[in-house]
Amino acid sequence: MMRIKKEVQDPRWRQVAALGLMMAGLGGCVQIATPDKPIEINLNINIRQEVVFRLDGKAKELVEQNSEIF
Amino acid sequence: MTSQTQRRSSLRPLIMLAAGAALLGVAPTVQAQRDPAYQAAREAGQVGEQPDGYLGHVTPPTPEIRALVLDINIKRKDAYTRSAAANGSTVEQFAFTTGCNLIARTLPGEKYRSPDSRWLTRAAGLPERDSRCL
Repeated sequence: MMRIKKEVQDPRWRQVAALGLMMAGLGGCVQIATPDKPIEINLNINIRQEVVFRLDGKAKELVEQNSEIF
Repeated sequence: MTSQTQRRSSLRPLIMLAAGAALLGVAPTVQAQRDPAYQAAREAGQVGEQPDGYLGHVTPPTPEIRALVLDINIKRKDAYTRSAAANGSTVEQFAFTTGCNLIARTLPGEKYRSPDSRWLTRAAGLPERDSRCL
């Protein structure tokens, strides 16, 4: 009993324990938590076909003029 | 040594002419202007077109693809916002109308999302689109 207590109190053991905690801490720093939310599409937008009809030509123009993002 | 230098210098005007023609957009092709990583992700079926006018992830993305899609979608939203303002519509309406077109022009093999949110592969025929699309 006495012997175990003495070992725990030994400053060298504390150093090893502290080093272990630091390593664990460093490991935690590298981790990057990336939220992986499900993708939701909301198609309940207020749009009637006549609006689509009116905007269609302009939409085609936009796609042609900005082809690098489409 | 001398002749090689001369040959190289005689080629220079030709190269500059070609570069100038490229800058003027003599032969622009739609696909050629895409970022190669984006083009590759499209062809690999990792990303696809959604009915809402934005790109979506078909498969769990790598950080690179996630960043790439986010960047393009931010630019798309910016473009939709400006076009919507110029045409008296909401951003969503303009984005949706563009989405109809973007799904229509997917190439066979590319991915797109159906109105009921399933990821489909574009075949030779017409894609499944919202009934409001033209």
